Amino acid sequence: MTDIDIEQYKITKEPFYQAQSNEVELYAAAYEARLPVMVKGPTGCGKSRFIEYMAWKLGKPLITVACNEDMTASDLVGRYLLDANGTRWLDGPLTTATRIGAICYLDEIVEARQDTTVVIHPLTDHRRTLPLDKKGELIDAHPDFQIVISYNPGYQSMMKDLKQSTKQRFTGLDFEYPDSKVEAEIVVKESGVSAELATKLVKIAHTARHLKGHGLAEGISTRLLVYAATLINKGIGEKDACRMALVRPITDDKDIRDTLYHAIDGVFS
Amino acid sequence: MTPELQSYRKQLKCNFKQLEDVFEDCIKDAVRKLSDQGVDDYLDGASKVCMIGRGFEPVLGYLEEMPDIAKKLGEEMLKIVSKAVWDMSRTPNGNSIPPFIQCLPEASRRLGTKLQMQHFITLIFEMMERTTGSIHGHHATFPSPGLPDLLRQIPYLLSQVSIEGLSNWVDYGVRNYTSHPDRQRDFFSLQSADSKAMLQRERHGTLFVDNERKLELYMRSIWQDSDYFVPYSIGFDELRKPIPYYDDLGLRIPDVFDDKNGVSGINRYRMTLAHMVGHRRWSTKQIADNLSPFQRIGVECMEDSRVEYLILKEYPGLRRYFLALHPKPIEGSCDNKNESCIRHRLAMLSRAILDPAHSYQSPVILEFVEKFHDIMAQGESSTAEVSKLGVSFITRTRRQSDQSPRIRFDNTEVDYRDDNRHLWIFIEENDEAEDIANKPEKPEMVEPEGLPPRHYHEWDYNTKSYKPDWVTLYESLHPPGNSSDIDAILEKHSALANYLKRILDLLKPQDYVRVRYQEDGSDLDLDVAIRSLIDFKSGSQPDPRINMSHKHDGRDFSVLLLLDMSASLNDIPDGCSQSILELSREAVSLLGWSIEQLGDSFAIAGFHSDTRHNVRYHHIKGFSEQWDDNVKGRLAAIEPGFSTRMGGAIRHASHYLESQQSDKKLLLILTDGEPSDIDVGDDRLLIEDTHKAVEELTSKNIHTHCISLDKKADDYIQDIFGLSGYTVIDNVESLPEKLPLLFTALTS
Repeated sequence: MTDIDIEQYKITKEPFYQAQSNEVELYAAAYEARLPVMVKGPTGCGKSRFIEYMAWKLGKPLITVACNEDMTASDLVGRYLLDANGTRWLDGPLTTATRIGAICYLDEIVEARQDTTVVIHPLTDHRRTLPLDKKGELIDAHPDFQIVISYNPGYQSMMKDLKQSTKQRFTGLDFEYPDSKVEAEIVVKESGVSAELATKLVKIAHTARHLKGHGLAEGISTRLLVYAATLINKGIGEKDACRMALVRPITDDKDIRDTLYHAIDGVFS
Repeated sequence: MTPELQSYRKQLKCNFKQLEDVFEDCIKDAVRKLSDQGVDDYLDGASKVCMIGRGFEPVLGYLEEMPDIAKKLGEEMLKIVSKAVWDMSRTPNGNSIPPFIQCLPEASRRLGTKLQMQHFITLIFEMMERTTGSIHGHHATFPSPGLPDLLRQIPYLLSQVSIEGLSNWVDYGVRNYTSHPDRQRDFFSLQSADSKAMLQRERHGTLFVDNERKLELYMRSIWQDSDYFVPYSIGFDELRKPIPYYDDLGLRIPDVFDDKNGVSGINRYRMTLAHMVGHRRWSTKQIADNLSPFQRIGVECMEDSRVEYLILKEYPGLRRYFLALHPKPIEGSCDNKNESCIRHRLAMLSRAILDPAHSYQSPVILEFVEKFHDIMAQGESSTAEVSKLGVSFITRTRRQSDQSPRIRFDNTEVDYRDDNRHLWIFIEENDEAEDIANKPEKPEMVEPEGLPPRHYHEWDYNTKSYKPDWVTLYESLHPPGNSSDIDAILEKHSALANYLKRILDLLKPQDYVRVRYQEDGSDLDLDVAIRSLIDFKSGSQPDPRINMSHKHDGRDFSVLLLLDMSASLNDIPDGCSQSILELSREAVSLLGWSIEQLGDSFAIAGFHSDTRHNVRYHHIKGFSEQWDDNVKGRLAAIEPGFSTRMGGAIRHASHYLESQQSDKKLLLILTDGEPSDIDVGDDRLLIEDTHKAVEELTSKNIHTHCISLDKKADDYIQDIFGLSGYTVIDNVESLPEKLPLLFTALTS
């Protein structure tokens, strides 16, 4: 299996990541022991960025799979394809990661159907193997291989939850939106706007986060704040940028939109 | 009297003695305001009004008011009005002429154009014609009972609603109360509840009811506060307008805000709430007993300014709204000698604190503004600290005239501020001693039977509008009967039950289903793939659909069966040996048993009505209840009675279905006739209302299906349930067999 280009999965430039507490050490320790990790938190609070940063810091390749509800087990492990000579096996991303010793990051794992997620079970306990039953192969995981999943307990519904048997194979890291000061710093560093403006943006985000569960599934994420700040940097008016980046994407509910527009009017004099 | 005036007097053909006293003044006024032609018309008009023989009052009214109206709206008004008065005098409604003339000046002021005024007069005449009574369809003989009341209310009505709104409101009253003079009078004199409710609906401005959610979101997101809103009506107190306040029961705010000074109604609500939240966050109670009333208003003013200062620190963008809404008293406009200027001074101080660009020169004001800002620059400060400032402001600026009863109110009312009742603790409650302790205890509340009544709107197809809270619905648990009756029925139909069971087994959900022949899928479908490969290798076109995938196939239904329990259920249809009731009971038992077998979530309820004030909704089986003896007992005991007012019952049933989590929701209605009730004369009314209720359900993603046992149902049922939303069962005897089959057909 030498024909896989490992380099393409490596992260060459340091991603910006602002630690919120000791999560970097915690993750490093888990990696040391090759324990599977689950990162939880609302959308856009920096989960994916954190994993990217850790892969860079540890110097390991990172394979990211965005999960969705149409995804099946074969999308993860691989499948037979047809070519002129008959059928040919193609590894899925999980299999590739197992072979080359990458960090395999399954983003938004709850989106995948429960029967799909079961295929990762043998990789996440002492066995560290991946059986390809269709191909009749049992892969022993590369010593550097680690599995990381992310999930967002925010929109947990009855239908979308992890099985207990899956949950109990992971160590967990909780992510939240950073506190106002740190969040403003992040916005400043990511977009280069003034600290004063960043603080105002964060204030708007906080008003929206209070509406979670009252018509909003999620509050305004740090990522959207960075978008808004970027737009302002491009010369767009503050209020217009906020409406475009912070309000319209998150809601179609007219009442909520009006309320958030009013908050924007209130914050910017 | 000059000769000119005398010639005018001659032109006016009217011989009331009282006329001589006022004629000169009136005609002088008219000559000043009107053209020559106008004066002619004016005098002709007055002559006409005089001729109707209703005494001097209408003539005087005409003479006094018309010059102004004609000047404002054009001189054609003179003829229009005199003709209107003349026409009115030709009907039995002569008693309405004085109030008609009296309401004209105010109406013309509110409406502003001739065209609007003509609309108004037409509106009044239409109302008059429709409410004037006649005997045997011949001449109108009874005066309109509501017209004088309506005319007396016109100034108030026009201050509340536009002419279109007025027209809708009048139309509603005429339609609903034509045949009931007392109610009609109540309606048009704004005494009855639905009169007020209808008027409220036509109000201009931003209504609280339309924006309640927005305001809740506002409180939650921006202020992290939430409480009940208790709207009060500002429509009906002219003298003492209520102002916002809050207490343990919630935030009291007006039910409507018009736009003001460029601030929209919704933003006025927000500012009012922001101010109250400010108090809730930062104000602490003060002891009132140590301060004089004047000192108290000083303290209140400073505290209001303090919380606004803190609000603006948090949301600086709100300043523009506060500035637009805060009055701007003009310095020196209050006369210290003759009026009490205390409110004026405080409003100036408050304006100066709020508005950095104020232009006041008074050294005391400037000094206190500076002191205030010094205090606030240190941080949040406290109510106690600014209280001292308020008290000292009052002391410094005290005047003898402050005690004067002529208080200057102009430009001092800050209408987004609450009345600050929360700010004070009164240690001594009142002067009378301890007889409060002997207050008789309130009698204990009697537990009402069943649930409290619910009110539902009813659709009126004549106006294309809802009648507010028209139907009163009482829900109660149906009294139980003997559950073994139902078991006996099931026993009786055991052959049918076996047949049903076979069908039901076929319907039971197969969870995981393979979908073959997919171009993209989760797995390779080997059979197809090999076939394709062979095709390919042998040089023919291969089928690319060689994958397969899986899908879930489950049933996720909620069904509510609504039984019409009206009196006609007791009928025994032609050729049957059992009454409709017995057959329905058998059918429902079988259906209940079938659905239980399928495992769908299922509820049963019955309804009947005895006028709009009493729609009974009987709970027989809830969604979470099992198909057990309790349920069977209630089903066995159902007894018919009264009529079929369907709309309210459907709306009530839908609120249960709405709260179900299922994918598909179905409301099954089993009835034996069209919607009707003893207090409704128009057959279409309840049919249209039921149709509207069905539409409402459709928009909530609830499917409605009606099973009618009425052979003549074809005449109306399509109008209610649409083309495919009903089944008519002609042979009632087959109902027990048909109903479960129909259900399975609907849900598979």
